[in-house]
Amino acid sequence: MITVSEATDTTDTTDGAGAETPEGAAGPGAGAPAADGAPAADPVTGTGTPDGRARGPAEGPGDGPAEGPGDGPADVPAALSAPPAGWANPLRDPRDRRLPKVAGPSGLVIFGVTGDLSRRKLMPAVYDLANRGLLPPGFSLVGFARRDWEDQDFAEVVHDAVKEHARTPFREEVWQQLAEGMRFVPGDFDDDQAFEQLRKAVDELDASRGTSGNYAFYLSVPPRFFPKVVQQLKKHGLADAPEGSWRRAVIEKPFGHDLRSAKELNAIVHEVFDPDQVFRIDHYLGKETVQNILALRFANTMFEPIWNRSFVDHVQITMAEDIGIGGRAGYYDGIGAARDVIQNHLLQLMALTAMEEPASFDAASLLTEKLKVFRAVRLPDDLGRHTVRGQYAGAWQGGAKVRGYLEEDGIDQTSATDTYAAIKLGVDNRRWAGVPFYLRTGKRLGRRVTEIAVVFQRAPHSPFDAGATEELGQNAIVIRVQPDEGMTVRFGSKVPGTSMELRDVTMDFAYGESFTESSPEAYERLILDVLLGDANLFPRHQEVEESWRILDPVEEYWASHGRPAQYTSGSWGPAEADEMLARDGRSWRRP
Amino acid sequence: MKIDLTDTTASKVNKALVRGRRAIGTPAVGMVLTMVIVTDEENAYDSIKAAEEASHEHPSRTLVVIKRHARNPRERTHPRLDAEVRVGSEAGTGETVVLRTYGEVSEHADSVVLPLLLPDAPVVVWWPADAPEDPARDPLGALGRRRITDLYAVENPMAVLRARQRSYAPGDTDLAWTRLTLWRSMLAAALDQARAAVTSAAVEAEADNPAAELLARWLEARLRVRVDRVVTAGPVVTTVRLGTEDGEVVIDRPEGPLATLTLPGQPARRLALKVRPTSELLAEELRRLDADEMYAVALRGEATEEPAAHV
Repeated sequence: MITVSEATDTTDTTDGAGAETPEGAAGPGAGAPAADGAPAADPVTGTGTPDGRARGPAEGPGDGPAEGPGDGPADVPAALSAPPAGWANPLRDPRDRRLPKVAGPSGLVIFGVTGDLSRRKLMPAVYDLANRGLLPPGFSLVGFARRDWEDQDFAEVVHDAVKEHARTPFREEVWQQLAEGMRFVPGDFDDDQAFEQLRKAVDELDASRGTSGNYAFYLSVPPRFFPKVVQQLKKHGLADAPEGSWRRAVIEKPFGHDLRSAKELNAIVHEVFDPDQVFRIDHYLGKETVQNILALRFANTMFEPIWNRSFVDHVQITMAEDIGIGGRAGYYDGIGAARDVIQNHLLQLMALTAMEEPASFDAASLLTEKLKVFRAVRLPDDLGRHTVRGQYAGAWQGGAKVRGYLEEDGIDQTSATDTYAAIKLGVDNRRWAGVPFYLRTGKRLGRRVTEIAVVFQRAPHSPFDAGATEELGQNAIVIRVQPDEGMTVRFGSKVPGTSMELRDVTMDFAYGESFTESSPEAYERLILDVLLGDANLFPRHQEVEESWRILDPVEEYWASHGRPAQYTSGSWGPAEADEMLARDGRSWRRP
Repeated sequence: MKIDLTDTTASKVNKALVRGRRAIGTPAVGMVLTMVIVTDEENAYDSIKAAEEASHEHPSRTLVVIKRHARNPRERTHPRLDAEVRVGSEAGTGETVVLRTYGEVSEHADSVVLPLLLPDAPVVVWWPADAPEDPARDPLGALGRRRITDLYAVENPMAVLRARQRSYAPGDTDLAWTRLTLWRSMLAAALDQARAAVTSAAVEAEADNPAAELLARWLEARLRVRVDRVVTAGPVVTTVRLGTEDGEVVIDRPEGPLATLTLPGQPARRLALKVRPTSELLAEELRRLDADEMYAVALRGEATEEPAAHV
């Protein structure tokens, strides 16, 4: 399967190049003599860095480097701007598959750099990318936060975070290469002076590190600060990319709490950044297994023919956590499991499971197909019978005594926030009509697991007598997203012995077993994709809005009907959820 | 666990493998390839170690073929096969079989290896030293989809390089070429930033370094300029200079893992460019198992006109 994923990579790259070819061809006869006699495939040559197209005149006069302090001689930028836009790097060739897709010259600015996510995920991911040689020479990392730090203090914090959380071993030389490009800007989001300082830092890095004006702004801050931050970026000219370079915004969930707020949020961000330059992180989409859903379905012949209503009985998508809300009461209360998980992660997984084959493996085609699924999603008529919400109650879980949701610090005794949510959805199209998709998520469940189970119908006729098939369940394909990434196929097999007796067995494919214990972290992949400008794995604003459109009626119904059911911590959810499936003559899998 | 078999056959080895797997309780394993290492006793230990480390990224069945030289005429006339089967924690993430061949069996090692290959999975043959003149036509080499040699492990690398060029067949590759990937990646990235036509080039390296020669040939093929070979004290490749009309693009690694990148009109910056251990080279080598066309281009030192495989 490794060839499969790489093959898709290739396609992907080629598409990027395809898009830029006309432009390139139009450019005045490429300054590189190598281009003349180069093989026919050469227009594609620049593909290693799809953002290459953006760089052309970046280093022209009037750009950052010219006004930076220090040593950039005035005549040089002019000379550098000589090669026209059609310039193709002769050292790159699509046949040269060893050369990794290295991000072009760029920098990353992290707001809220002192936060947990930043320390545990972002900084280690940046280091791991550098260690794998996937970051450009001169890559720069700028931190912005309300701390009284110097650049060195910031580097120290990153150093500790990397040592503790990075996936790849710590190497001094890689660290030195990174550390040279680290800057810290102290300040509030209201502070004009701080943003002025940030702009200077960016200009200075363009001059001293050759980042060419390409910056991604990672907003690792609560959404209520988004308006302020993007306005400040705009006000100080940080959001405007100099000619030929790019400025991108990276935002994390939650993308609003209903359709209206999501639209507002999108409007605020899009006012400053072009919608194509806004990258919404759903870290699930960066996981190997999730990307593998598409490889599994569309690169193989044996699954797609049965991937429809003629063979599939129903689909269960589960994301379970064994932890409670911890210290996140302020964030979680009033939001709940459905908004926190179903709206983004589970609906995305459902879209990938249910969608038709995209015309090609690029962001636009994927968006088209995913939107088709979202628009075809139908809610059950009776929401009371086909949705369930719950709250965990205090109990012994896995050998430890845990508190119930209503007893957690900072939670109101009367809170009606759901920590468990299960809903039944239909997809109204020819492939899926009549096949229910059951989505469930919850905190303090049996164990931490995320999986997609496609459960098949029973064989229409069995030549074996009832006694023989008593223990035989339904065939199933289970995609394990985390942990223990992989896939399980369940089918019946004869029990060895003289009598004919059938029982379920499973066949297993585990990533840890067949490839690498070193598959990259989701954030590594996603950060690299942001720098490369590859939007395949990022939900677009249309998807966000469509998924709120699906969830809003459920939330409205819950707000006006009853209260969440209580379930024992460490169990697999409230009894009502089991009844919900029992009504359809089905039962939940124990993941 | 470890099972020793003396004076044995391939089918007994197969049985021992199944027995070993049953004993440790993992009857089904997701091995993705068979790695055949052809070596002598001297290089066996290091090679097996490197292969086991690489198997963390690519779980594989490793078959180590060690041809023993008989010391007296009686042993020469008595052909024999000894095997050592390792599964579980002693064999990385896969299984390892060390095969020692004596006498005439050494001439027919392929007959031992063939029944031990994993069904359907690709085969990679690696000679840590003493690779045959024509790897693709070697009986063991012919079993492999990918054949890995190492120009660093020969007495006269330049002469062998010429032989490799003559005998090249798709699927051939050399660790001297693998060692260059970081250099080539950084050179390409540097040129991405410089965005200028290259008018001259130079590769500085220790004398008779085959990797440096491959790098120079690759640059010649891609840039269509003459590449000067400059001899320095080393170690290995120390500097690459690409002359453009704006100035020189230089990657300089005098010693240690930290290199300096200089671009025209920009201050120098540092790059991590370490010399990688064999296990990492091997892991990179196993990431793709189709023919490495760019290696062929570098061997020949000229651009090929054939269209790209599938774009």
